[in-house]
Amino acid sequence: MAEFKDSAHLIRLAGVFLLGLVLFLVLRSATIPRSFGRYGPFRGDALAEISARPVAFAGHEACENCHPDEAALKASGAHKTVNCESCHGPLAKHADDPGAVQPVLPDVAKLCLRCHSKNMAKPKGFPQTEARSDSGSKPCDACHKPHSPGMQAGDKK
Amino acid sequence: MEGFMYPNEVELQWSILIVLYPFLTGLVAGAFILASLERVFRVEEVKPTYRLALLTALAFLIVAPLPLQLHLGHPERSLEMYLTPHRASAMAMFGFVYLWYLMAVLVVEIWLDYRSDIVRLAQSSRGAKRLLYRILTLGSYNISPGALGIDDRVGWIITLIGIPSAFLLHGYVGFIFGSVKANPWWSTPLMPVVFLFSAMVSGIALVLLMYMATCAMRRVSIDMRCLDTIAKYLFYTFVIDFSLEMLDLIHRIYEADESFRSLDFMVHTRLFLSQILIQIILGTLTPLALLSLSQIFTFSVAVRRRIYATAAVLTIVGIFAMRWNVVIGGQLFSKSFLGYTSYKVAFVTREGLLSAVALMILPFVILYLLIKILPPWQRENGVVAEAHGDD
Amino acid sequence: MTLNRRQILLLLPAAAVAWEYVLAGNPDESPDYKMSEHWWGMLIDISKCIGCGSCVRACAMENDVPEGYFRTWVERYHVSDWHIETPEVDSPNGGKDGFPQGKTEGGKNFFVPKMCNHCVDSPCSQVCPVGATFHTPDGVVLVDYDYCLGCRYCIQACPYGCRFFHPKKHTADKCTLCYHRITKGLTTACCEACPTAARQLADLKNPNDPIHEFLKTHMVQVLKPHLATGSKLFYNSLDGSVR
Repeated sequence: MAEFKDSAHLIRLAGVFLLGLVLFLVLRSATIPRSFGRYGPFRGDALAEISARPVAFAGHEACENCHPDEAALKASGAHKTVNCESCHGPLAKHADDPGAVQPVLPDVAKLCLRCHSKNMAKPKGFPQTEARSDSGSKPCDACHKPHSPGMQAGDKK
Repeated sequence: MEGFMYPNEVELQWSILIVLYPFLTGLVAGAFILASLERVFRVEEVKPTYRLALLTALAFLIVAPLPLQLHLGHPERSLEMYLTPHRASAMAMFGFVYLWYLMAVLVVEIWLDYRSDIVRLAQSSRGAKRLLYRILTLGSYNISPGALGIDDRVGWIITLIGIPSAFLLHGYVGFIFGSVKANPWWSTPLMPVVFLFSAMVSGIALVLLMYMATCAMRRVSIDMRCLDTIAKYLFYTFVIDFSLEMLDLIHRIYEADESFRSLDFMVHTRLFLSQILIQIILGTLTPLALLSLSQIFTFSVAVRRRIYATAAVLTIVGIFAMRWNVVIGGQLFSKSFLGYTSYKVAFVTREGLLSAVALMILPFVILYLLIKILPPWQRENGVVAEAHGDD
Repeated sequence: MTLNRRQILLLLPAAAVAWEYVLAGNPDESPDYKMSEHWWGMLIDISKCIGCGSCVRACAMENDVPEGYFRTWVERYHVSDWHIETPEVDSPNGGKDGFPQGKTEGGKNFFVPKMCNHCVDSPCSQVCPVGATFHTPDGVVLVDYDYCLGCRYCIQACPYGCRFFHPKKHTADKCTLCYHRITKGLTTACCEACPTAARQLADLKNPNDPIHEFLKTHMVQVLKPHLATGSKLFYNSLDGSVR
C-alpha cells in the first residue's frame, strides 16, 4: 500500500499521457479526410479532382469530325503525323462552340521554321531549310500548302 | 549556373533552415548523451553539468521543429504527418520519434529529476509562479524518500531507454538524407552514423561552453575535474567522428564512381570555403590538435580552459559547416553530373538569414527561461551547490 | 449487427455495384473509364525528335505550367568522338522556344525529351510523409495539391529532375500524364502536339496497343536503370551518353 502511495504521481503522469493519446485519436478521426485510403495510401477524392480539370487541346479526332476534307488531305501528305492543334494551337473551346471561338493562325514564317529551321541535331532525312536562301522573299506557303506540303506541280523553282 | 542542369534543378529546394534543423537536433542528442554518461555510466565527474545538459537539450528540442515549419509550403497542413503518416517515409516516422523523445524521454526525465524541487517551489513561491509549479506537480506532493527512490529508479530506466532514443532521433535525420538513392552525395549507409557522431561532438562541445559560461555568470569557480572529463569525452568522440568521415572520403576517392568527378570538382570549387577551410581545417583538425595537446601534455588551469573553449567553439562552427556541406552541397551539383548551380541566401524572407539567426538565438532565450523556472543549482545558506534530484 | 441470409443476398449485389463504382474511379467525370483496365506508360523515339519544343509549349498551355518551370523539357546532346561520359548538353528554357543552331561541328547530335517516368517503384512516393504523392491504380504518379505540405522531399528523391516546387500553389508539381485527358480517351497534350510522333502514350495493359510489338522489335532503354525505379518511360534509340 505504501508502495502504491509512493508511485501515485507516476500514475497521474501516465494519466496525462493517456489523456493526450485519447485527444489525439479523437482529433484524428475528426480531421482525416473521408476518402483517405479508398484506393491506396492517399486521399481518394484527389483522383476525381485531378480528372476534372478542363482540357485545352481538343484532340485531332474532334477536329476531324467537323473538318473531314482537311483531315483527308493531310492524311495523304508528309504532314500526316502532324496533328491539327500542333499548328493551330489548343482549340477545345472552339470544338465546344465553333461559332464563338475563332482560331487564329500564327505567323507562317515563324510557324514553319519552328520545326524546319536547319539544326545539326535534327535526324538525318528530316526536311530542313535555311529559309531565306530557299524561298527568296516569298512566304513558305506560297509554294508549300501546309495541309499537304509537297511541292505543288507547276510551282517548281 | 555552370554546365548543364536539369531545368528544374537550378533552384535549390532545401535552404539554410534545413541546414539548421539537423544542427539543432544534433545538439539535443549530444547534450543528452553527455547527461546520460553520469546517470547510466556513473561518470561522477560530469555531475555538475547533468541538469544543465538536460535543460539545454529541451530548449533546443523545442526550437527544432520551427525551421521545418517555416520552410514548409503549407505549414498549416503539418499535422497531416501525425494523422496520415506514410509508413515508408523516413520523414513521417521521424515525427513520432521526435514526439517519443520529447515526451516519453526528455520531459519525463526532467520532471522526475526536478520533482522534489517543483514540490518545494509549489509550496514556497507566490503568484503566477505558484500556479505554474502547482500544475507541474500534477497534484502530487509526495516527496518522501520512498517516492523519490522510485523516481530515481524510474529515471534511470528512462535514461537507459533515452540513449538509444537519442541515437534514433539523430540517426533518423541522417537516414532521411542517407536513404535518397537519387543523390550520391547523400546516399551512403554511413550517413546516419556520421550524423550521430558529429551530433554528439557538437552537443558535448555546447554543454562544455554552457557550463563555462554559466559558471562565469554565477561567479562560481569551474570544477576542473568536470571540465577535463567533458573535454576527454569530446576528444574521444571527435576521433571516432573524424575516422568515419575519413572512411567516407577515402572510399569515394578510391571507388571513383560516376558521380566522383562531379562531386570532387564541387568540393574544390563551390564548397572550398565551407568544407575544406571551415569544416576540415578550422572545425576538425584544429580542435583535434588542441584537444590532443591537452590530453598529452599537462597545462595550467587557465591554459586548459582557453584550449577547451577554443576547441569547443571551433567544433560547433565546424559541425554547422558539416550540415551546410551535406544539405546545400547535395543540391549544388546536377544529377546529370554535368553542371552546378549556386545558393544565394536571402536575407529577410521566410527562409532567409534573419530567420536562421533568430532561430539560433531562440533556444538560448528558452534555456534562460527554463533555468529560471527549473534552477539547475540550489542556493543553501548562500552557498551554491549543484543539485541533482535528491541524493 | 447480425445479418440473416436474405439480407446478405440483397446486400451482395449492392456491394458488387459499389465495388465497381470504387474501381471505376469517378463515374461522374468519366463514366466509361475503369482504372483497373489501364496501365499507362510512354514511348519516346529519339530518332524522330526534331527538338521543335511543341511538346513543352503544349504541356505548358494544357496544364498552366508556370514560366521557368517544366513538367516536360527537351535536352540537346552533342557527343564528340568516343567521349561518351562527357557529352555537351543544353536545354535553353527547357527547349520551349526550340534550339538555336549548334556551334560545334561533327560528332553525334540529337534531342532527348524528358518528363516524369511514372515509375512503378517511384522513390518520390516512397518518401512522401503524408501520402500527397501517390500511384493511381492505373499506373500514373500524381500529386494531391490539397494535401501536399510542400516539404519538397519528393523533389529531392526524384533521380530524373522532373519535379518542381510550384511558386503559386506552394506544393510539389510535375507531369500528370495529362490524367484529366487520358481518363477521357484523349492522348496527352505533348503527344497530341508532337509533329513527328516521337512521343506516344502507351497503355501497357491493352493487348492491342502497338507498343507491345514495338518493345519486342526495337532496342529500348529507360533512364538510370541502375536505380531500379521501374520507369515506364521507354526510349527508342537512346544513346549511352544520355544522363
